[in-house]
Amino acid sequence: MSENITPEEIIKKGTLVFEKTKLMTDAHLSYCPGCGHGVAHRITMEVLEEMGVGDQAIGIAPVGCSVLAYDFMNIDMQQAAHGRAPAVATGIKRLYPEKYVFTYQGDGDLAAIGTNETIHACNRGENIVIIFVNNGIYGMTGGQMAPTTLEGMVSSTSPYGRDLGMTGHPIKITEMLAMLPGVCYATRHAVHKPGLVRKTKKAIKKAFENQRDKKGTSIIEIVSNCNSGWKMTPVKSNEWLEENMLPVFPLGDIKG
Amino acid sequence: MAKIKGAIVVDTERCKGCNLCVVACPTDVIALNKLVNGKGFNPAFPENHGACIACMSCSLVCPDMCITVYRYKPQKETV
Repeated sequence: MSENITPEEIIKKGTLVFEKTKLMTDAHLSYCPGCGHGVAHRITMEVLEEMGVGDQAIGIAPVGCSVLAYDFMNIDMQQAAHGRAPAVATGIKRLYPEKYVFTYQGDGDLAAIGTNETIHACNRGENIVIIFVNNGIYGMTGGQMAPTTLEGMVSSTSPYGRDLGMTGHPIKITEMLAMLPGVCYATRHAVHKPGLVRKTKKAIKKAFENQRDKKGTSIIEIVSNCNSGWKMTPVKSNEWLEENMLPVFPLGDIKG
Repeated sequence: MAKIKGAIVVDTERCKGCNLCVVACPTDVIALNKLVNGKGFNPAFPENHGACIACMSCSLVCPDMCITVYRYKPQKETV
């Protein structure tokens, strides 16, 4: 009876519908349990694998939690100085115009120390993809306040909550960059639910297609969690993200 | 009735027990094991495996790429 098939038989007879992409190495990820970086890494590599351009892709790792991205992504990688990933990507893309060049950055890297490089690379309309993981905190160094930290959000350097009068508003860098004529595609997504993961993957694919068609800079912001920085469990941090981060950083296409 | 059936394989040593797959699963297949793996985490395992429909929700949200999903569609049988 086919109704009473055991899982072992399904594994034997059935079709494989999902497995770890070959463009991710077998190294165990160094991220905390439940961190959105793992999903963001995986869907980026899946897109490159689907497009069949894994051997033509060059990634730029930032400084931050994802500094070791070159250990996990099984493609050519370069690690850049803090915040300088778009500048390094500019150089690589101009030297190898046919390669698929992308930067993978966090909010401390892209929106704080690397604001200058990011804005000017986008303003020049460099043909690169910027994947920007925004978790509203400096995760690697112990949960300090970042430019994207929400109003009233407690971090180790804002123990009474972020005070807008003293430290300013959470910076909406993707909206800012969308204003620049060099940017062809600016969008914001999240990876905490299966449906949102699928949408994010589509957006990343569109960004790499824009790069292939030489349209300009594409920036994909991924609103993610930092459960150890926020001092919550992974499930709770995703709920908190939905309640607090998404009203400030609404999902959807901003340009393109 | 040709109903799609699924099965998952969890890489127990990669799993960090974050519980995201347990929450994402629409048919409550997955649970966390009481036993720990080599890293000291409670890994996910298919507790109610027969209910799996191979929707891939668990594998899509898994940050550590631990879950492999298989799908099986039985051939329609003539009555």
